[in-house]
Amino acid sequence: MQLSREALQRAYRQMKVIREFEERLHSEIQTGEIAGFTHLYCGQEAVAVGVCEHLGTDDKIISTHRGHGHCLAKGCDIEGMMKEIWGSRDGLCKGKGGSMHIADVDQGMLGANGIVGAGAPIAVGAALAAKLDGQGHVSIAFSGDGACNQGTTFEAMNFAVVTGAPCIFVFENNHYSEHTGVDYAVGTQQDIASRAEAFGMKVWRADGTDFFAVHDTMREALAYVRAGNGPAAIEFDTERFFGHFEGDPQRYRGKGEIERLRETRDCLKKFRKAVTTAGLLDDTDLDAIDSEVLTSIDRAVEAARAAARPTAEDVLADVYISY
Amino acid sequence: MAKMMYRDAVVSTIAAEMERDPNVVVLGEDVVGGMGTAGGPEAIGGIWSTSTGLYGRFGQDRVIDTPISESAIVGAAAGLALAGKRPVAELMFADFIGVSLDQIWNQIGKFRYMFGGKTKCPVVIRMAYGAGFNAAAQHSQSVHQILTGMPGLKVVMPSTPADVAGLLRQAIRDDDPVIFLEHKALYATTGEVPDDPDFVIPFGHARLTRAGEDVTIVSSGLLLGFCEAVADRLANEGIGCDVIDLRTTSPLDEEAILDSVEVTGRLVVVDEAPPRCGLAADLCALAANKAFSSLKAPPQAVTPPHTPIPFARELESAYLPSAEKIEAAVRKVLNWR
Repeated sequence: MQLSREALQRAYRQMKVIREFEERLHSEIQTGEIAGFTHLYCGQEAVAVGVCEHLGTDDKIISTHRGHGHCLAKGCDIEGMMKEIWGSRDGLCKGKGGSMHIADVDQGMLGANGIVGAGAPIAVGAALAAKLDGQGHVSIAFSGDGACNQGTTFEAMNFAVVTGAPCIFVFENNHYSEHTGVDYAVGTQQDIASRAEAFGMKVWRADGTDFFAVHDTMREALAYVRAGNGPAAIEFDTERFFGHFEGDPQRYRGKGEIERLRETRDCLKKFRKAVTTAGLLDDTDLDAIDSEVLTSIDRAVEAARAAARPTAEDVLADVYISY
Repeated sequence: MAKMMYRDAVVSTIAAEMERDPNVVVLGEDVVGGMGTAGGPEAIGGIWSTSTGLYGRFGQDRVIDTPISESAIVGAAAGLALAGKRPVAELMFADFIGVSLDQIWNQIGKFRYMFGGKTKCPVVIRMAYGAGFNAAAQHSQSVHQILTGMPGLKVVMPSTPADVAGLLRQAIRDDDPVIFLEHKALYATTGEVPDDPDFVIPFGHARLTRAGEDVTIVSSGLLLGFCEAVADRLANEGIGCDVIDLRTTSPLDEEAILDSVEVTGRLVVVDEAPPRCGLAADLCALAANKAFSSLKAPPQAVTPPHTPIPFARELESAYLPSAEKIEAAVRKVLNWR
């Protein structure tokens, strides 16, 4: 399906926001200002955006420890996220969650999650709530090739099929679960979708570095699930440009691997080539978006640096609603 | 008031809350029972008869019979709650928290805090706990000492049908996640339950079931009855015991315990969980820290030994706290020095 000029610009902007957000964090982390563990999403932007561009705020998603891209694609505020990663009390989670636990339930973003494989059952619950409401809403469980080996993910898939939950399991196969290759860790010969299929779901497979492939596949899967056919799964073949976490020496990578991936498997480069070749957008349009995005990221970092710090009293707040 | 069994107080309270609030949903293994069999839905109706009739009244979207997948049950409850529902999930045996602990501990107990207080997770997880059925090490445990140690959860242990009704209604209406522990050996006990459809018992308020000035006995669940029997027997000798039913271990009614200990100067805590890092040790420490000057004897804990729960009748009896062991502990603090 042909996207409008506005939709193309929006999709590109969303992907570019994620890319620059992560590239900036990669350099800021070197300064030591950011505490804790950070897992960057660079390289996988087309998946988050190609999926979330189809969703409304009443559709829910649950993310992973590599969650910044899903958060941004689902509409979380850039400054609120940056402040959270800086640990400010004005952050999206008041500095209580940090990079691995960013959530914005009002946007339908049920949280990044530090536990690999924890998200899928929660997404099934959100899907059951949507089924009960009967408005055709869905929920999305983003999982990686690491999470696809967790029993929780298996339980969630069977549970969703049995209960007819309108849930889409989106598996982002970036070929590395932490520091281990998918060739070693996934017993089904790199094939995650066939596992979902074995649980009784309709499945799709697509190139996760091609925004248009992601977007078209998600449209089909979503129509199927919104029509009341129960859950579905999509496996996207994608790439991770950085390490498992920031600071990962990545000694497991092949020689020249990252340079090659950035050259041949970059979703933003592919998008630019596709839309300019087809005459849908030109370089000037895209360059203008690039520069807008860079400005917004600069602003967010400045705001995060200047934002209020939490105090010792804040430790005690928000454990319970009443106790 | 209506006389009913502890188990009937569970199902009637859930039914009343489901009637009152369309967001209340039930899920768990065999909560319908018989799905996919020749007998058909409700052939069983839950092994504890704590969900009998709900499926027929409220339908399959609100009474969700699940596969044996405890992580998915608790996880789905979490997702339902984040999406605006009020799930009441059942784990058939409390021992099964082991296979769902991440969802209890790292997920529902932490969402609100990790998300900066911007969400709520009104989940109730009911589970049957406790020994007395010779069900051995994996179907008899008391797990409150594990769950009480987890910030973000509330932990409830009713000991009577009336408390089931008032505390379960509070749990379902509560906006925080609640672990609701039902003692297996109490399911068939009976008692009067108020008819008031809004009867709730607020959390963190212990109940004084016997009053006396010589010893404070603190307990909950099945063992509360043993403590009351001991107190009644000692009353004939002119020894007065305060017996305190905690009702909830998180939040904890510290004031009720400390007020009593300040009068009696003697504390015996009776708990069905193992002794190390447990509730009894916690309450003994509470008295030592905050009522030290009132104490006339070292606080005593009556608990099972630090062992798994054994199977054979003789072994399980030897394992569990008994009225005799409780009475011995009371006499020990009375006769100190």
